Amino acid sequence: MTEIGLGHYLTLGAVIFSIGTIGIFLNRKNIIVILMSIELILLAVNINLVSFSIFLGDIAGQVFTLFILTVAAAEAAIGLAIIVVYYRNSGTIRVEEIDKLKG
Amino acid sequence: MIAHSIFFYFFSIIAVVSAIMVTVSKNTVHSVFFLILDFISISCLFIMIGAEFLGMMMLIVYVGAVAVLFLFVVMMLNVAQQKNQWFASEESSKHIPVGLIISILIFFELIIVIGGWKYKPDLFDLNNSITNASVNNTQSLGQVLYTDYIHVFQISGMILLVAMIGAIVLTFRKREGVKTQSYLKQISRERSEGVEVIDVETNKGVKIDD
Repeated sequence: MTEIGLGHYLTLGAVIFSIGTIGIFLNRKNIIVILMSIELILLAVNINLVSFSIFLGDIAGQVFTLFILTVAAAEAAIGLAIIVVYYRNSGTIRVEEIDKLKG
Repeated sequence: MIAHSIFFYFFSIIAVVSAIMVTVSKNTVHSVFFLILDFISISCLFIMIGAEFLGMMMLIVYVGAVAVLFLFVVMMLNVAQQKNQWFASEESSKHIPVGLIISILIFFELIIVIGGWKYKPDLFDLNNSITNASVNNTQSLGQVLYTDYIHVFQISGMILLVAMIGAIVLTFRKREGVKTQSYLKQISRERSEGVEVIDVETNKGVKIDD
């Protein structure tokens, strides 16, 4: 085993980011899993910021991780509220059946 | 150092596997639980490399609040009983190769960037807030958070406020046919409509017609 450096943490962040994007594309189920994939992507960004902050000795990365945490929590709350309202109106949150915009 | 690498591989393997399970798991409730496991292992990694405050914050905010919110919504919407097949129809599975190609491209671009990345020699001179070894993580974070980043901090508070109001406004609805207290009606009641003075004759009762 080689010594764990910055590259290892960045690779972990890249892997989780890619899994998050795959989750968005691959998902044919309900839209909540897409929100969870977005959370995964934000988590990967947090990993990158924290590892840079630790290995370069600059605290600013951790401060911005805190703000990303805030935005992620706000985004989850708003997204889940929208999903609840949509489910109440249309009775489904399957990704395929949400096609009212014909996009 | 060997313990560091062992713990790194342990937690990162758990994190990657549970991230995969979030996306491929057929039951949405299982996805939420794997998301919680993912957050826990990543926060263990954060604590391990010396960002203790953020690790604890991740536990509180994600596991304590966001994941529970997800669980509540999943249970409320009754999605666990819907049929969760992967490829519902021929037409919808057409764009899956495109998505896979894009994701793999993103992954390799990130790997190339990491591989070609090097320290600039004068990088450490650019820092304005270098972490001090004598001060612990939480203290050094607080020292810059409430001084240099105070405006951003206030704005993030505003974001939370807007999100809270937005979530309440979105999900609020007036129900018909439900008896509720109306404070305005109670307060604006006057004496003339509440009390009536009647002269009662002797040996006769009072007939109240309503």
